[in-house]
Amino acid sequence: MKILVFVKQVPDTDDVKLDERGNLKRDGVSTKINPLDANAVEAAIQLKEKYGATVVAISMGPPQAEDVLKKALALGCDEAYLLSDRAFGGADTLATAYTLAMGAKKVGDFDLLLFGRHAVDGDTAQTGPATAAFLDIPQITLASSIDVQDGWVYCDRVLENCTEKVRAKLPAAVTVTGDINTPRYPTPINIMKALKKPRAIWDAEAVGADKTMTGIPGSPSSTKVVFAPPKRNTDTAYIAGSVEEIAVKFVDMLENEHVL
Amino acid sequence: MAKENYKGIWIFAEQQNGVLEPTVFELLAKAQELKAHNGEEIVAVLLGCGVAQLAPSLIAGGADKVIVAENEALAQYSARPYQQALTQLAEKYMPSIILYGATSLGRDLAPRMMISLKTGLTADAIDLGYDEDDVFFQTTPAYGGSILAHIVILECRPQMSTVRPKMFEPLIPDESRTGEVITENVTVEKDDCYEVISVEPKVVTGIPLDKARVIVSGGRGVKSEEELNMLRELASLIGAQLGAARPLVDCGFLPHDLQIGQSGVAVKPEMIINVALSGSVQYQVGMQSSKCIASINYTAGAPIFDISHYGVVADFKSVVPAIIEEIKNRKA
Amino acid sequence: MYKFTEEQIMIRDMVREFTKNEIEPIDKAMDETLSFNMEVYEQVHAKLIETGLMGIHLPEQYGGGGGDAITSQIVVNEIAKGSASIALYLDANWLAADMILEHGSEEQKQKYLPLAAQGKVFAFGLTEASAGSDAAGIRSVAVKQEDGSYILNGGKAWITNSGVADYYLIMAKTDPNAGAKGISVFIVPKDAEGLTIGKFEHKMGMRGSATCELSFDNIRIPESDRVGREGLGFKVAMIALDGARISIGSIAHGLSQHAMEIAKAYANERTTFGKPIKAYQGVAFKFADMYAKLRAMELMVWETAELKANGKKHTVEAASLKLMSSLWCKEICDECIQVLGGNGYSAEFNVERFYRDAKLLEIGEGTSEILRMVVSGAYLAQ
Repeated sequence: MKILVFVKQVPDTDDVKLDERGNLKRDGVSTKINPLDANAVEAAIQLKEKYGATVVAISMGPPQAEDVLKKALALGCDEAYLLSDRAFGGADTLATAYTLAMGAKKVGDFDLLLFGRHAVDGDTAQTGPATAAFLDIPQITLASSIDVQDGWVYCDRVLENCTEKVRAKLPAAVTVTGDINTPRYPTPINIMKALKKPRAIWDAEAVGADKTMTGIPGSPSSTKVVFAPPKRNTDTAYIAGSVEEIAVKFVDMLENEHVL
Repeated sequence: MAKENYKGIWIFAEQQNGVLEPTVFELLAKAQELKAHNGEEIVAVLLGCGVAQLAPSLIAGGADKVIVAENEALAQYSARPYQQALTQLAEKYMPSIILYGATSLGRDLAPRMMISLKTGLTADAIDLGYDEDDVFFQTTPAYGGSILAHIVILECRPQMSTVRPKMFEPLIPDESRTGEVITENVTVEKDDCYEVISVEPKVVTGIPLDKARVIVSGGRGVKSEEELNMLRELASLIGAQLGAARPLVDCGFLPHDLQIGQSGVAVKPEMIINVALSGSVQYQVGMQSSKCIASINYTAGAPIFDISHYGVVADFKSVVPAIIEEIKNRKA
Repeated sequence: MYKFTEEQIMIRDMVREFTKNEIEPIDKAMDETLSFNMEVYEQVHAKLIETGLMGIHLPEQYGGGGGDAITSQIVVNEIAKGSASIALYLDANWLAADMILEHGSEEQKQKYLPLAAQGKVFAFGLTEASAGSDAAGIRSVAVKQEDGSYILNGGKAWITNSGVADYYLIMAKTDPNAGAKGISVFIVPKDAEGLTIGKFEHKMGMRGSATCELSFDNIRIPESDRVGREGLGFKVAMIALDGARISIGSIAHGLSQHAMEIAKAYANERTTFGKPIKAYQGVAFKFADMYAKLRAMELMVWETAELKANGKKHTVEAASLKLMSSLWCKEICDECIQVLGGNGYSAEFNVERFYRDAKLLEIGEGTSEILRMVVSGAYLAQ
């Protein structure tokens, strides 16, 4: 079985700030593997340990995104490829999915594609299903469990009102939620081995991508303006005094607001 | 085809087991604003099998037209048959806009439509509209809501977006509204490569958080089971549901169902009482539409006070028990 | 900034993440129980094994991680940013196992090092109730028998990891008349007949590391469990302590940084008279002094670790490092408490615990007074 697992490098913060010109402040912000992609890697490694598999990690991004691939290798992936080309920059989810699909084709012979449900930066949750659509393979989104049996992938999906058990015939794509597992830590020995595993950077030519379909030219959608959420400055009525006074005034307030 | 030839605001009328997803009506309401600007008709697109009877409610909810496509293969949702059917309809009618609820189904289907129609798709928009340049934009949160962006799809059509539930008020259904119901045939096959083996309905205990009238919500400052019990007692005294900001869920105090915010539930109660909770952007995204917001926090500068109607700057560990006492006294 | 290799950076990042998620959250709980918290310890131990950190300092041929002195100090330093006492536990474990690595026979290495790599815990037993700094004055005695084995009698005190260790490296007199040259080192398993492990000590700080008294009543030790030749024990112990003193420097740096981060966040958030307290020089200048000390510690730690990694003698450097870093760490924790005011004195804000932890650094692995003797003696002799 050959499993491709897609990982994204994201800023290691949940408090992103904008500068005066509306650009993201990236100074001093370290990067990390997108948390749910770490769950996808863990799912791949567990399947590998259970059934035997070759696990290939794929990322798209600038050259420094190799760091997340090194981490994926340290976690137990066997090979890693970074799709990196100036022509890939500024991609929306359509162009990203196209590029990832071309990367998947370049690796070839895949059985299972694993994605984190969403990335914490863009938070679109579109890359997985869109890549599956490009490859015209079935998908299981929101998987909270995964197993492979007789050429099918079996998952539980936790939805708004129910839990589904579904299966999809391989090759298939699965996007995983954080409930699926707890990612392990890379052990020092595996870190040392990781740097010796096969790893390469592929540009547009290497994956045979049509540059009109990647990056900005291949992206129908664009960001027109980025801004901080407007601060809703509500006139706050402060309730102060001794603890007892506060309690009395607070309960008065609950009565006035018809809570009590 | 020139983009000017695309006309119509489509709402994907998500249904499962013959029940329409409530977000559909929110989108139909928002579509009225878009129509007022671009003059295009609002079309609800209903896929399924034996679902035609839902069409009148869509018209009552704001649709000018309903396109119904029924097929055995659409009886139960699966991505590829729905993708096929909707693609055929969109290619035939060429709408300028397609909106989907950002539900698990909507977010499963819409990205595949993006590939079929080779167009843009904005994820999880919290607002839509036309900007000062007369361009249709979708407002979408990034980095967990710490920043917002206006996304535009300039050249490709249709312009598509999934839209977060509970962002807009649905219209009051008007049974007297009239509209055309068009029945379409679509050629689709069941996906032999995808199967739903079983469905287990979620066991709901008590009122789900997003339906609660009053919520008591705890944050990072709540550090022990004992302190959490104070919140529980307060909640039960005033008939509120317990909710929480992410740290309390992450540390295992409370289940994920009770998490309010970007990665949890969006709530809109009559009153929310935030306790020991600083109010990260991610949290605020999930509760800022609450009718009345009261907050108890030790730090005067906590962002939660920016959006609170009532504020108490004090240690909840002394204030909450005193409030509980006071309520008990008044009830006695 | 010391230039780490790519692997070392990856290991550092991994340990940093591990510490943040798994170590820092339990540090307070281990402190709160006064006595050693076995339940929490067992969880930590299992996680350290799972992540391969227990044996990172041992060569790969014995199942270890193959890390050098710099790599192992990276681990100690990062873990100390979440828990000084877990860092101390690792240090004590490694220093004992390293005695076998550096001075043991191949047979001993084959037997014990794979166990250490798998997570068995080792302890270093030198100090006695009546002989701490005066290490040559120990009274435990191992008397050689006709069959070549030894009979060990006596006892040890303040042994880090006692009570959780699987193997003890015990220093005992084999020639009571030969002073420091009459000491030898023996491996004593925890279940050895005649070994009694006392109750866990109640300590001021460092409560996440186990400390007990040991007493030896006619413990029979086969000759094959003597490490190095007879009479070499004192030298072996001093070499081990040279390494351990780098670890103390690493812990001092990590603990100081942790305290400073808490104080920094507080100084930004807390307002008095309408301004954040960092706007006052009385507070701000504390950070200047603390930062300068932190920088100095950092440079000394990696420079000394590099000497050890390259197999160079580092007695004076390690003693100097430990002398100053333990003092600075205590001062920094003290100042951080002051920055937090009343909150700093409260257990909830953690820094008071760090202060109690820090005090041990001036005592364990050689008191500051002994270190001053080592450093001044070496300097003045030149």
